[in-house]
Formats: sequence, C-alpha cells, structure tokens
Amino acid sequence: MKKLLEIKDLSAGYDGNIVLDNVSMEVFSGDFIGVIGPNGGGKTTLIKAILGLIKPISGELNLHISKTNIGYLPQVNQIDKRFPISVIDVVRSGKADSALFSSFRKNTSEKEKAESLLAEMGISSIRNKAIGELSGGQMQRVFLCRALMNNPELLVLDEPSTYVDNNFEGELYLKLKELNEQMAIILISHDVGTISFFVKTIACVNRNLHYHPSNIITEEQLTSYNCPLQIITHGNIPHTVLKLHDEHEHHEHTH
Amino acid sequence: MNILIELFSYDFFVNAFLASLLAAISCGIIGTYIVSRRIVFISGGITHASFGGIGMGYYLGINPLVGAGIFSILSGMGIQLFSSKGKVREDSSIAIWWSLGMAIGIIFVYLTPGYAPNLMSYLFGSILTVSTGELWLMLALAVVIILFFTFFYRTILYISFDEDFAKTSDLPVNLFNYLLMILISLTIVLNIRVVGIILILSLLTIPQATANVLTREFGRMMVYSVGFAFLASFIGLLISYFADIPSGATIIFTQVVIFGLVKLIKILKF
Repeated sequence: MKKLLEIKDLSAGYDGNIVLDNVSMEVFSGDFIGVIGPNGGGKTTLIKAILGLIKPISGELNLHISKTNIGYLPQVNQIDKRFPISVIDVVRSGKADSALFSSFRKNTSEKEKAESLLAEMGISSIRNKAIGELSGGQMQRVFLCRALMNNPELLVLDEPSTYVDNNFEGELYLKLKELNEQMAIILISHDVGTISFFVKTIACVNRNLHYHPSNIITEEQLTSYNCPLQIITHGNIPHTVLKLHDEHEHHEHTH
Repeated sequence: MNILIELFSYDFFVNAFLASLLAAISCGIIGTYIVSRRIVFISGGITHASFGGIGMGYYLGINPLVGAGIFSILSGMGIQLFSSKGKVREDSSIAIWWSLGMAIGIIFVYLTPGYAPNLMSYLFGSILTVSTGELWLMLALAVVIILFFTFFYRTILYISFDEDFAKTSDLPVNLFNYLLMILISLTIVLNIRVVGIILILSLLTIPQATANVLTREFGRMMVYSVGFAFLASFIGLLISYFADIPSGATIIFTQVVIFGLVKLIKILKF
C-alpha cells in the first residue's frame, strides 16, 4: 500500500481561531474514509488543509502525491450557479493545469476525456447546458466528472449528497465504491448512517480527530468521541442506524 | 443617409465614433468578467476612487487621467489589502476607498486656483471631445484586453468560476487576480472620458445583462456584450447629437432601452 498523505499534529483554522486542534491522520491507496462530525466541527477545514487552500497554524502535512493528483468535489453551495459556464467547460476545468496558454494548443485528448466522463455518468445530453439549468443530481455528476479529469489517486468529496434525490444518492455511493478500486476516497458527510455502509473506515472530526479503523461504529464510541450527530436515514439505501446519545432523540425519517 | 455621411466628415464625430467602438470592446469584455465574478461593487469603488486622482491632477497641473489611473489601481489593491490583511469587511472596505477617493478629489479641486475646466466632462463624460491621443490609448487597451482574454481564456474562466478549485489545480490565481484588477482599473480610467465617472458602471453591466438574456456562456457573453455596448453607444451618440442632450446620459438611456427590448422579445418568444 502506498502512503498518499500524512498529517501530524496539525492545527488549522481561520483568522487565528483554531478549528482543528492537533489532528493526525494517514491516507493510503485503496482507503475509503468517511469523515463525519457535527457542523462546524472542522470537516471542511480538514480537507481545505489537505488541498492547500488554508495554511496550517502548526503541525505537519505531507503530500506524497502531487496536488493536481487530488480530485476535489466542493460543497455545492460554494458554487455560483448563475455563472455563465457550460457543463463541458466545467468538466474540462478539472484539467486546469493545461489551461495556461491553452489557446495556442489543440487539446483534443482533454476534450475527449471530458466527453467520455460525461458519457460514463450518463449525462452527455446536457453537455452544452449552462450549469444554472441543472438539477441537484446532474450538478453533482458534473462536479464528479470534473474531479475525475486528472485520473486522481485521491478523490476528496465534501457533502456530495446534499441537494440530490435519494435515487442519485444511492447511485453515487455505488459509483464511489467502483471508483475506490482505482483511487483512495475521502468522503465528508453529515449522514453517518448511510455512508457507514459504503466506506471502509471512519474518521470523526470534532475539533479533534478520532480515526476508527472499521465502518461499524457504535453509539458508545460516538459518545466517547464526543461526536454528537444527527442521524438521517433514507428509504431504499442500506444503512446502519445509529442513535443520538442524549435524551431527546432526533430519529428522523425522511420517508 | 446623407446626413450620416456628412457627420462622418467631421473629425470630432469620427473620433466619437471610434471612441464608442473602442469603449465597447474594453467595457464589453472586462464587464463580462466583472459581472460573472460578481465584483460590480468593487468596480464601483475603483471608479469613484479615481476621482481623487482627477482632483490631484488638476492641483498638480498634470493630466487628470494619469492621476485617475494611479488612484484607481491603488484603490483596487487597497480594497483587497484592507479586506484580506486588515480584516475589514469587503463591502465596508470598498465604501471606504470609494468615499476617500471622492473626498480627496473634492478637496484638491477646491484648492486648485481658478475654475477647473472640463470637470463636468470627467463626471458625466463627453464623448464628442475625446482627443486623438486618448483614442490611441483606448486602442492600445482594447488590443491588450483582446490578446489577454484570447490567450488566457480558459485560465480566466476557470479562476472566475471556482477560485478554490483553480488553486487546487495549481493555476496562478493570485497573479491573475492582480492582472485582471489592473485591467479593470485601466478600462475604467480610459473610458471615463466616454461616459464619465458617475455613469461608467453602466457600460460594464447593462450590455452584459442584455447579453446574459441571450446566452449563458462566458465567451459568447463577451462578444454579445461588445456588440450591445457598441450599438447603444452609437445610437446614443446620434440621438445626443441631434437632440442636443448630454451624450453620456443618452448612451446609458439607450442601453437600458435595448436591454428592455431584448428582454421583452425573449419573454414573448417563450
């Protein structure tokens, strides 16, 4: 197994406020890590540090692969949906390192790659649509295509199941399972019930990070990790149901 | 038709025609970037801050546009610096530079002995008095912008659409942000003579809004914007000449009418 990245005693945050405190973690090829934790617990901060979008306050972060070898799917609400850009251009932006001076070159291989990813995801028909015209599920597919443009060794996804219907959610997780045969995956989700069925290991992030080397996590473990979670379960998707550990149970069924 | 041919025999009218064409090119392209990236308010701040340079130009006896250029670039950098390093909210930072520039301008115009000639033309534009020297500068800017946006089209598009993602792809995001900020500043300054400080935001937003009715593709939006900006500037120029009303204001009025018409046609068609 190849070590892809290594985080040692990392602290990170914004404007001097520490969001992640002394976090350590290693990611190997073949990993499928589900990152769970409460809102504001530092899940997104962790991946922003990994992607180099924020500088660590202290500690070490060593990438053993190049930064462009990480595929990234950001939270949908970080995207300006009214931006005048077509689906095919969004996907092609995944290979942005070839964008500089691209007007001088013919980038047929890059364009073909984008087309084949769209076809693989079953959305070739929307290739010329503006992103603002897409449904939530279509948009996530487009951003997944973009993240895959570089054939990454590590795929990082930040809440890919928000704003999508349950059908697509199930489809997405199956797709990720398939992709996991070729690349390591870090998947952020608030939805621990569903992801625990698909991921291999779980990292609970709540200012600190607790790495759990299996995908089964019990109520007691969550409690001892100080990782309070709202559990949402969905209709047809297989899942492990967990309970909140406080008296008032939020056992929400959307269906 | 004869009257049009006659108009083009006047140097001042040919200059005005060329100015409206060159303004349409620089404002159409830069405006598409500004609107797409939602930095209209920053551009408003830069525009108004440049008035400080105009006032200083009068006071020091140098070309006010040189002063305006320096002020607009400094304010563009200042806005970014205040909000990134100084921890001032971005919109507040814009307002500070916006009003500071205006204040400096007013103080220096007041301190300048005698009457400040052409002051109104900087505020409200005067396309009929654009000089040949200014036209050369506008031409140079239009060429630079066309080349820059052609060569770096995809880089600019990707950075504008998703800056964080562009950073993870190792694109030189900060360098491009600064270069584009400088191009915005220069576009604003060199088009002040056409529609004036108060009205220039219109050239950077209304043709783009009109183009956006017809397309949601970055490159096409630029081309359409240039077209609509030129159409409105030329029609506005003619109306202002024959009706003997201020050119800058007439151009903007024409732009809004065209926007309304295009929107109406689009609504009726569907």
